[in-house]
Order: sequence, then structure tokens, then C-alpha cells
Amino acid sequence: MSRLLLNKRFALSGLLLLVLVLPLITSNAYMIRILILTFIWTIAVYGLNLLAGYTGYLSLAHAGFFALGAYTLAILTVTVGLSYWLAFILTLVFTSIVGALIGMIALRTREHFFAIYTLCVGYIIYLIIYNWEGMTGGVRGFIGIPSPGSIGPLEFNSQISNYYLVLFFLVLTIVVIYRIVHSLQGRTFMAIRNSEDLAKTIGISTTKNKLIAFILSTFFAGLAGALFASFTRFIGPEISNITMTFDFLVYLLIGGIGTLSGPVIGTFIIVWISQELQFLQDYRMLVFGPILVILIIFAPRGISGFIIDWNLKRKAKKQQIESMKDMENNQEVKEG
Amino acid sequence: MLLETVNLTKKFGGLTAVDDVSFSVEKGKINAIIGPNGAGKSTFFNLVSGYYPPTSGQVFFKGEEITRLPSNKIARLGIARTFQTTNLFERATVLDNIIVGNRLRTQSNLWDAILRTPRLKREEQKCLDKAYEVLDFVNLTNHAHSVVENLTQEEKKRVAFALALATEPELVFLDEPAAGVNPDETEGLAELMKKMVDHGITVCLIEHKMQMIMSIAENIMVLNFGKKIAEGTPEDIMNDEEVIKAYLGGERHAEVK
Repeated sequence: MSRLLLNKRFALSGLLLLVLVLPLITSNAYMIRILILTFIWTIAVYGLNLLAGYTGYLSLAHAGFFALGAYTLAILTVTVGLSYWLAFILTLVFTSIVGALIGMIALRTREHFFAIYTLCVGYIIYLIIYNWEGMTGGVRGFIGIPSPGSIGPLEFNSQISNYYLVLFFLVLTIVVIYRIVHSLQGRTFMAIRNSEDLAKTIGISTTKNKLIAFILSTFFAGLAGALFASFTRFIGPEISNITMTFDFLVYLLIGGIGTLSGPVIGTFIIVWISQELQFLQDYRMLVFGPILVILIIFAPRGISGFIIDWNLKRKAKKQQIESMKDMENNQEVKEG
Repeated sequence: MLLETVNLTKKFGGLTAVDDVSFSVEKGKINAIIGPNGAGKSTFFNLVSGYYPPTSGQVFFKGEEITRLPSNKIARLGIARTFQTTNLFERATVLDNIIVGNRLRTQSNLWDAILRTPRLKREEQKCLDKAYEVLDFVNLTNHAHSVVENLTQEEKKRVAFALALATEPELVFLDEPAAGVNPDETEGLAELMKKMVDHGITVCLIEHKMQMIMSIAENIMVLNFGKKIAEGTPEDIMNDEEVIKAYLGGERHAEVK
């Protein structure tokens, strides 16, 4: 048990060290760019995981909130002319408030009704961005978003500095999510996912806690969106499209819904595979489709969930063997 | 008298599932509600525990009206319940299922979780202690780390009891606790209910197993087609004309012939 924990810690620090030194050992700007985007998607997927994976409410408006974050940052910095970090904080506040308002209505529905409702919310956000040309630039997109402003001596003009900035937010996201999941609050979310009726009878306010989960998910979507806008400096309405939500969802499902490492694993693997399969262009989906189907059948909790379950089974078997040995020993003692 | 219903009625469209039922749960006793299938027993439970609101009538707990309170607030006042299907999280361990049971007696929120405050650590320890305490109460300490799906039906019922007890209730409603459990094990569950009463927790249960009810319950209400047809001690109930009619579907002298 402690050895396993030690191994885990060792592996995690190794991984963190690797991503920390990566920009120093490679000069492949394209690869760094892909990594930054992967970090940003991962943050968004973590938000989705908290709601869909831990609380049991599958929101299909996630790309909408991602885009809401991106466009709010763009409008606040360019149109309103606020300083970058003030705009950044206001963006997070604004996305969370919109999340709260929509959550209050959406959470009156359950299960597939909730999914359909949020699907519509996502589409409405898309339509607003697409059609409100005066504010969002419509189909032409929004150009000239500034890169993150400097904090004291730290400047974020270069790609590498952006890499570290986004990595910082990713690590922060993971730490925050880890702490939430491993707390009474996280247990409360999981109790709701398991059975809302039972959760209510043990005194949990499901309305309040579902809303907290929903707001958190929109917060992380907004965070990812804001980082995306200032990294790419140009955004178009397609980032709020439903296909984007399904991308997030596929990352989550393949990595492992309702697991802590799922979002990182899923996002990295899928982004990496789709990079490798670039030559197939849109036919890539012909590869993804079957992979997804096979995974859902044989590992419904994704790669991460599969490993966790496998470990649990192994442990249970070990325990069984040990207890059997104990019994044999006892018998020998008696016979002797 | 711990809990009292006054003219409680629930209509689903044209169907009156619970019809004008006045019943009181007596403190420190095992109370039982019996009746044929579809008599409205579970609906009655659902009304009292706030699962859905009644069409008319009132519910009082310790003299305070709780008629339209949501179930989570009712739980906080000290009323717990279990379901016919235990509703546990099958893939998690027993302990993980039960820790959250004491959540309603804690205050820590999202910020405590993110900042890992001393309050959170203290309350997590409190929930853990409570979980071990109730597991000990239901004799499942050695299964604390077992995954729920590997337990027997009777053990699952015990886990459900433990979860209800973790909320620190004064009154526990048990919906068919012995359903799907063999006779030997039923006895164990009956013992457990007596143990709850010995520890000052009032019990009210729905049950089909007559033998069990008649041996442990002190106060019984019989429902038929949503109406209360009898109330009293096991002897009263056994000799009640209308109860016999409801159960056997005939008049009493029919069996003499």
C-alpha cells in the first residue's frame, strides 16, 4: 500500500519534471503549441468531469461556457479596454454567474432531460456568438486579443512563457479538483451521483450541491476559454459549437469519467493520436469511432477506471489468498 | 408520541393512495405499518419523510409541523429512512458509503475543501469516527473495507441501517428491511431493531413478514386501499375482524366451515 503510494508519488513528480523541462530540451515550436492547447483542453475537461463524472449530471453546454470565457475576455480586453488580469478575473466571475443562472433552471431537470436542456443552452450560446456581429465579430471571428499581461518581472509574450503560464493553471486546477474530490464536499457530490433520493434522505441539500458543481464546471470552462483566447489571440464561433463539447466528452470518456487522472490521460492520448493520424484528415473519425465503441463496452470507466478496477481486483485476490493461507496455518497449528 | 400524522391524504390523479390516515409513532417503541400490496404503505413513508408533499393533512414531529419540509431538512431534524432497494453505491466500499452519512452534522463547505482548513480535517475525522461507530453497532466492522457489491443481501441491509444511523436520528423509518432476506438472517435484523430501540432510537417499519412483525412490534397500524383499518398491539390486530377480512378476503366464519 505505502509502496504503491510511493511509486505513485515518484511517477507524478517525474511527470511534472518532464513537462517542466520539455520546452528547454525541444525546439519544436509546433509541439509546444499542441501541448499548450492540450493543457487548456484538459482544464476544461476537468470542469466537465466534476459535474458529469462526480455529480452525475452530463452537461452538453460545456463548449458554450468555454466560448463564453474566451469571448468575455476578448470583449473586456479589446472592446472595453481593461487591463489583462482584471479582465481575466472578471471573466471568471462573469462565467460563473452565468453558470449559476443557467444552472438554477437546468438543474430542475434530470438525466437525459438535463442533457437535452444543456444541449440547447450550448446551441443558444453558439447562435448568439454567431449572430451578434457588433459584439463578437460574428462569423469573421474576434481578432487582436492581447496575450497575458506581465505580472511584475514576468512577461508572457513568448510561446514558452505561455507554456509555463498555462501549465501553472493546469497544475492549480488539478490540485483544486483533487482537494475537492477528496473532501466531504466531494463525497457529497458522489452521494448525489450515486442516488439523489438516498442523498436527500441523509440530509444533503441536492439543489445546493448540484448548483455548486455546475458553477464549478462553468468556472473551469471559463478559465480554459480565457486562456485559449489569449493564447491563440484569435477566436471564432466554432469554439462554442456542439462538436467541441463532444470533443471534451470523448477526452473524458476515454481517459475515464469520474476519475482524477482521466481528463489528463484522455486528452493527451486523443490529441496525440489525432496528431499522428493527421494524414487521414477527416477520416480520422473512422478510427476514433470503433475505439470509442470498444472502450465503452470493455472499459466503461475509461483507461483510468480500467486500471483502478484492475488494481482493486488484484488486491482483493491477494487478500483472499492471504486469508486462505491464514486458515491453512491455523489448521496446521491445530493438527500439530 | 414522537411523530403524528393528522388526516394525511395523497391523491395521484384519480387514485387515492393514502386516504385520511391519522397515526402516531410512539417514542421508544418498534412501530409497524402492515397491509396488503398496494395498500399505500410506501406512499405513507414517502409523505412522512418529505419525499413528496401530501394532498392534504399534516405531519408533526415532536409537536412541530414538518408537513411540507423537503426530505433533507427532515433528515436534519432527526428522522432517517431506508429504502426497499438499499440504493447503496455498489462499487464503493462500505466505509465510503457510510462516511457521508454524518455530512448533515458538519459545516465545512467548498472553501474548506479547497483550502484544506482545520475545520475540514476535524469534521472528516468526525465523519470517519461516526462511520466506525455505526458499523460497530450493526456488527460490520470487519467488512468496513469490503466493496458493497460483494456483500450478501442481509449485510447490505445492515449497511443501509448503518447509513441511516450515521445521520444521528431519533426516529428511523425502515421500508421492508427483511425483504429478500432468509428467515435466519431476518432474526438478526429483528435483533438489530431491538438494539436500536434500546439505544433510544424509535423505529417504524413496513414489513410483509407477519411473524417478525407480531413478535417485535408494539404498535401496529394496518392499511388497506389507503385507509387505516386498524391500529393497536399485535393481539388487537390478530383478532381484528376487518384485518382478517383484508388479508384472507373472506369472513371469519368461512374458515370454520
